[in-house]
Amino acid sequence: MIRIEGLTKQFNGITAVENLELEIRPGEVFGFLGPNGAGKTTTLRMLSALINPTSGTAWVAGYRLGEDDQALRRNVGILTEAPGLYDRLSAERNLSFFAHLYGIDDVDGRVERYLKLLGLWERRSEPVGTFSRGMRQKLAIARAMLHEPSVLFLDEPTTGLDPEAARLIREFIEGLSGEGRTIILNTHNLDEADRLCDRIGVLNTRLLALDTPTALRREVFGRKVVFHLANLRPQFEATVAKFPFVEAVESKDAKLLVTLDDPEAHNPTLVSALVNAGAQVRFVGEIRRSLEDVYLHLVSNGGTEPERGNET
Amino acid sequence: MNRVYQIVRKEWAEVFKNRLVLFTVAFLPLIAAALPLGILYLGRSSADFAADVGKDIPQGFSVLCNNLTGEECVQYFVISQFILLFMILPLAIPITIASYSIIGEKTRRTLEPLLATPITTAELLIGKGAAAVIPGVIATWLAYLVLVIGAAWMGVGMDSLLNPFWSIAVFVVGPLLALTGVSVAVIISSRATDPRTAEQTSMLVTLPILLVFFAQVAGLILIDAQIVILIALVLMAVDVALLTVAVQLFQRENILTRWK
Ligand SMILES: Nc1ncnc2c1ncn2[C@@H]1O[C@H](COP(=O)(O)OP(=O)(O)O)[C@@H](O)[C@H]1O
Ligand SMILES: [Mg+2]
Repeated sequence: MIRIEGLTKQFNGITAVENLELEIRPGEVFGFLGPNGAGKTTTLRMLSALINPTSGTAWVAGYRLGEDDQALRRNVGILTEAPGLYDRLSAERNLSFFAHLYGIDDVDGRVERYLKLLGLWERRSEPVGTFSRGMRQKLAIARAMLHEPSVLFLDEPTTGLDPEAARLIREFIEGLSGEGRTIILNTHNLDEADRLCDRIGVLNTRLLALDTPTALRREVFGRKVVFHLANLRPQFEATVAKFPFVEAVESKDAKLLVTLDDPEAHNPTLVSALVNAGAQVRFVGEIRRSLEDVYLHLVSNGGTEPERGNET
Repeated sequence: MNRVYQIVRKEWAEVFKNRLVLFTVAFLPLIAAALPLGILYLGRSSADFAADVGKDIPQGFSVLCNNLTGEECVQYFVISQFILLFMILPLAIPITIASYSIIGEKTRRTLEPLLATPITTAELLIGKGAAAVIPGVIATWLAYLVLVIGAAWMGVGMDSLLNPFWSIAVFVVGPLLALTGVSVAVIISSRATDPRTAEQTSMLVTLPILLVFFAQVAGLILIDAQIVILIALVLMAVDVALLTVAVQLFQRENILTRWK
């Protein structure tokens, strides 16, 4: 659905996006994760034919950048970083204006459908200037989807919203993913990327990593299981370390920290081995590396594993 | 074509909800028509006034009066002094509309979603331009119509209004000035963030054009139909140059990455 080849953008000699190589499958929800200034917006702008790449190219919805940009624009929708609505016009008028520009046949019907879909139908006649941020964002999403594009770009859809509004938007996006639409989402919110995306590309000018959220965690850090013991003894390390699936063991305070691939499958084995060796297991937890850790690790690319993570 | 029409419709729906814009579009033409009519009315009711004005008519102007009576010549002179107002109208109205419309889109950040649609930048520019130029031109013509009707009603000799000088000014130079105004406003608006500043700066830029008409009012030069034609020709060249710059600025890449 999207193929990106060596996409690069410079502004006055400063590189904002460098040599991006990526393929995004139809129906996939893909997330670009990166801090401010990472080049996320620049990337989406290039992919929606708003600005031209300095070098490299991409195919989006079957069109190569720069070849038939008008057709490309017809087949993609973009929620821009700022909602960008006409405050003096009503919600309905905001949408119908865009529906006309996209050449939609049944403008009224389509506008009604999307206003209802996003729960704005009751307030359709009010000027958008009176809307809350959450409602504005919903209207902007409705506008991006109005022409039913096969590719939908969402640039930081929940940034700046209160938690409740952010949750509603997130749930709405979750609901969209089942409909076979390809969605590319920019975010610096790690939980959001984790929850919504099939795959994540960690971006900081260059693409630093690319995988599923789960695999990213595993590849970069592995998963850790913590056994809280009433009687931590040095020999317990050996008890655990003899299993081939265990990658690393360390004991700390009253805890045994075990790094392994698949805790769900192997925890029972470990627990019974420890019990047999005389350990009194109080409880078992997992240290889940948050995407933030993955992210910090990759961005700083210092190579050392940060001592962070929350036991869950 | 439909997309241009949609832009114009949207512009009008939005920009005329702004009181400042509405004021300029409605009030300026009213003044332009009412002021000369008021003066003519005074002149008609007071012989002294007419005589005073008669003394002030520059030597050169009397030539234009060739076979008019003294009173008609005074009316002709008085009315022609107001040509400046009628040249400000088609400049000021498009500048105001375009400044508010473009800077409004910029500060509300509505240009990016707009540019993400299949609209061409030419359609967008034409739409915005038309939305600004059309009210300017129509307001000028309406004000002129009111002036002509009012003058006729007062029994003023029609030679003073229905002559090549006024016709070319109102029907040729007017629309050309509107085009100048809108191009300048587009160029200035791409750099400015406050519509009022942009409006005022744009007006300043167009001052040289108005200078010619100022000179006429001040009696420094005498504009006849030939000079008006010359002004029109110069304006055409100026408009082509300004529009070229405006079109260049109005590329997606420039709007999104270089506009301030
Ligand atoms: N119009 C522009 N002119 C100059 N530099 C720009 C422009 N737009 C973006 N940049 C720079 O490119 C980099 C990436 O910006 P952006 O794509 O907005 O990042 P993100 O969306 O990830 O926060 C930043 O360093 C930013 O300063
Ligand atoms: Mg951004």
